[in-house]
Amino acid sequence: MSYIVQDPIDLGRLAARVAAPDRGAISTFLGTVRAGPDDGPVVRIEYSAYESMLEDEFARIVAETEERWPGVAVAAVHRLGAVPLGEASIGIAVGAARRVAALDACRHVIEEAKRRLPVWKREVLADGSARWRDNAGGREPAAPPPGRGPVA
Amino acid sequence: MHAVRVRCRLFARYAEVAGVEDVELEVPGPATVGDAVALLRRQLPSGHLLPARPLVARNRAHALPGDPLADGDELAILPPLAGG
Repeated sequence: MSYIVQDPIDLGRLAARVAAPDRGAISTFLGTVRAGPDDGPVVRIEYSAYESMLEDEFARIVAETEERWPGVAVAAVHRLGAVPLGEASIGIAVGAARRVAALDACRHVIEEAKRRLPVWKREVLADGSARWRDNAGGREPAAPPPGRGPVA
Repeated sequence: MHAVRVRCRLFARYAEVAGVEDVELEVPGPATVGDAVALLRRQLPSGHLLPARPLVARNRAHALPGDPLADGDELAILPPLAGG
């Protein structure tokens, strides 16, 4: 199952993938394109990725999560290409026997995804101009974090 | 020791800065990830605009500058991440 989609994310379908009779909790997360008060007139974000590594790294995050919370099942996708304001760029569903594991594991997946997935975003503004933006809040030109990178 | 041949890929803003997305490198062996980055920064016309210690992936996994390189490895120079 690929971790990449080009079309709008169907959260119900993700949740259905982790539903099971012995799982009494499904926790979901959607990350959506936003324009904060300091962001200017953002109309969409264009996501690009090192796609083969994105697949591998997301699979590692899911495997680590399912190992750390036994019995938990994770379904997740990252959307690439142009994502309009308000639509989701990432979707995660975690099924577990009980709510604490489902919530904790879902939080873990999104935090690791933001820290490790090789994805980049370019904000497109209402006037057609565009700028790169990173998860540390940096805008073009953004300096990379000093020292070592994240290690899987 | 023979030179180590690796494929080096650049993405997003770094591909724009370097003007290239895909480079073959021959790094004098034995070589590390950091050696390849240093060579790339010297060889590309705009290589000096890339950071000296960028995020790097080796064979589709995050790597450290001291990690050893082998023939046929795929390196990737990663701009600050922005997924999620």
